[in-house]
Amino acid sequence: MSTDTNTLLKPKSTEQVLDSEQFLKAYRSMRTIRAFEDRISEQFMKGNIPGFLHLYSGQEAVAAGLCLLLNDDDYVISTHRGHGHCIAKGADVVAMMKEIMAKQGGLCDGKGGSMHIADFDKGMLGANAIVGGGPPIIVGAALSAKTLGTDRVGVAFGGDGSSNQGTTFEAMNLAVVLKLPAIFLFENNGYGEGTHARYAVGSKDIASRAQGFGMPAYQVDGTDLFAVYETCREAVAHCRAGKGPVTIEATVPRFKGHFEGDPQAYRGEKEVETLMKEQDCLVMARARAVKEKLVKAKDLDRIDQEVAELIDEATQAALAAPAPEDSELLKNVYSSDY
Amino acid sequence: MPVKTYREAINEALHQAMREDSTVIVLGEEVSGGAGCDGSRDAYGGVMGVTKGLLPAYGEARVIDTPITESAIIGAAAGAAQTGLRPVAELMFMDFFGVCFDQIYNQAAKFHYMFGGKAQCPMVIRCTTGAGWRAGAQHSQNLTQMVTMVPGLKVVCPTNAYDAKGLMLQAIKDNDCVIFVEDKILYDTSCEVPDEMYTLPFGEAKFYREGSDLTIVAISNPMHKVLAVADKLAAEGITCDVIDPRTTSPLDEEAILESVEMTGRLVVVDEMTPRCGIASDISSIVAEKAFRSLRAPIRKVTAAHSPVPFAPNLEDAWMPQESDIESAIRDVLEYV
Ligand SMILES: Cc1ncc(C[n+]2csc(CCOP(=O)(O)OP(=O)(O)O)c2C)c(N)n1
Ligand SMILES: [Mg+2]
Repeated sequence: MSTDTNTLLKPKSTEQVLDSEQFLKAYRSMRTIRAFEDRISEQFMKGNIPGFLHLYSGQEAVAAGLCLLLNDDDYVISTHRGHGHCIAKGADVVAMMKEIMAKQGGLCDGKGGSMHIADFDKGMLGANAIVGGGPPIIVGAALSAKTLGTDRVGVAFGGDGSSNQGTTFEAMNLAVVLKLPAIFLFENNGYGEGTHARYAVGSKDIASRAQGFGMPAYQVDGTDLFAVYETCREAVAHCRAGKGPVTIEATVPRFKGHFEGDPQAYRGEKEVETLMKEQDCLVMARARAVKEKLVKAKDLDRIDQEVAELIDEATQAALAAPAPEDSELLKNVYSSDY
Repeated sequence: MPVKTYREAINEALHQAMREDSTVIVLGEEVSGGAGCDGSRDAYGGVMGVTKGLLPAYGEARVIDTPITESAIIGAAAGAAQTGLRPVAELMFMDFFGVCFDQIYNQAAKFHYMFGGKAQCPMVIRCTTGAGWRAGAQHSQNLTQMVTMVPGLKVVCPTNAYDAKGLMLQAIKDNDCVIFVEDKILYDTSCEVPDEMYTLPFGEAKFYREGSDLTIVAISNPMHKVLAVADKLAAEGITCDVIDPRTTSPLDEEAILESVEMTGRLVVVDEMTPRCGIASDISSIVAEKAFRSLRAPIRKVTAAHSPVPFAPNLEDAWMPQESDIESAIRDVLEYV
């Protein structure tokens, strides 16, 4: 990849380089995310999940496509819409479900919840309820990687809305100045809550701003797993080669409300229905892979079945798990005696 | 008199202030909602629905949906306030103050003093605060103490709809930067609120109950827990002064001191972390200025010294509860 920052980049190869094993892995990850989100939506309606939920449905190909290229010791940092990133990075869905239901055995001992879910064994540095909170932190993770001489990369997921936050701009500039292995991955789902990106993003596209900071930037159709994979492959290789940060803007649909329970009066009539019909990354990935004989439909059906069983198991385990002991309240405020 | 919710009362104050004074503007994220979208505008009217209806009434020039950009929202409000407008900026959750704190405490708060009285900053920053929604560590904090400690800022924390309207109208008229702290638990609570415009002065406490055995001072939502306990004690013949300072800056020290001079006993309740909080501040003022009147040690009932946990049982344990308040009161009453 060239480091030319004047033109928006498309991945060089548009051929299919995903092999069948990788495809199956990505498909399993996407299906798990979709099924997980559907299930917690249902459990939320039943009153089994406290707090706020922001679901990732519709955006699965981005997390799954990127994470195929990452190792457990690479870093990602997420947003308030973080379940998909967590699953794609390999977090245990049973422990995730327990966390979201505020139970013992949850990834953060029930102290974080949906908006703060994290899995440090998998390099998942946390969902974040402060919009724009993540990018500066991933600069730090990339700084560790560079200083310690590992070939790790750090990826900050963000939304179109977060792209307008000062912390994001500062982080992008610092990553360029320090030439760090950081990827700023903006999932442009069109909305920051109930405000459209076409209103809130002054430059209209996010990728061209990144070029202004002096880093290469890609724009990719985030519903196309194959294109996401290709783009991320080049971006990750660029970072691992020590050439500095990269930005990726992936356009995706948001199938759900900003939060569960959002009446979404700001969306167009039939908008969501149409998006779900025409821009479902799972349907499209499946159709292409089967048509190109990369995998057999029955292998995908089997994955669907296994995922459904896993989600059932996670739900049962989380429902049955006890709440944290009250005595946990003051544990872990500090990491040493206080 | 008509009964209105806390949400409706603040909304009405904003409507009336905007109608009366064309320099009043409202800005923030989702204050109307739907900007640039294919569906309806004014879809949210603020994430808590407090600014609903302002856009249709006053238009996009005065009801401004912003991108997610807190430093610029508060800086723009401060700059506009310095130059002829009276902005009411919304920061959604008080937790987001962190993103833009420089614009609040180094800029807006200091203009008047630092520039020798030649600049003014007539702006209001609205935010919602408080635990109980299971919203986790970054959407549940009450940080009233952090703004109360800043010279130049005025801080309002209404506990009922009537006060909310009168204090909001005062905040908009006021020539300083006012932080208006709305407790999210209170939006649907209601009481009688006149239709006409009225203001309530800052620095004047409200006595929810009057009595002689004990003084209780409470800030924000915990006031309602205090009232439940006070009523229970009243049935046992124990009467309390229950004082809501309504503004933590300026603080009505006099009302608190006079009450303690009479009762000799004080319990202070807030929903902040215990160190350097409002309860500590009030306790220290009383210890310093009414020491001779005290007949028992002062007791504070606050949240725990930890971030706000997500799990409901832990969050409940974190917050001051009626049982904590009651046992503190009984301890203080029993002290001889
Ligand atoms: C600092 C801060 N400001 C505002 C919010 C409220 N908020 C939560 S999510 C959100 C929209 C974020 O939009 P985007 O970055 O596009 O992410 P998406 O929700 O589309 O995934 C807003 C305004 C917040 N959590 N933090
Ligand atoms: Mg978005």
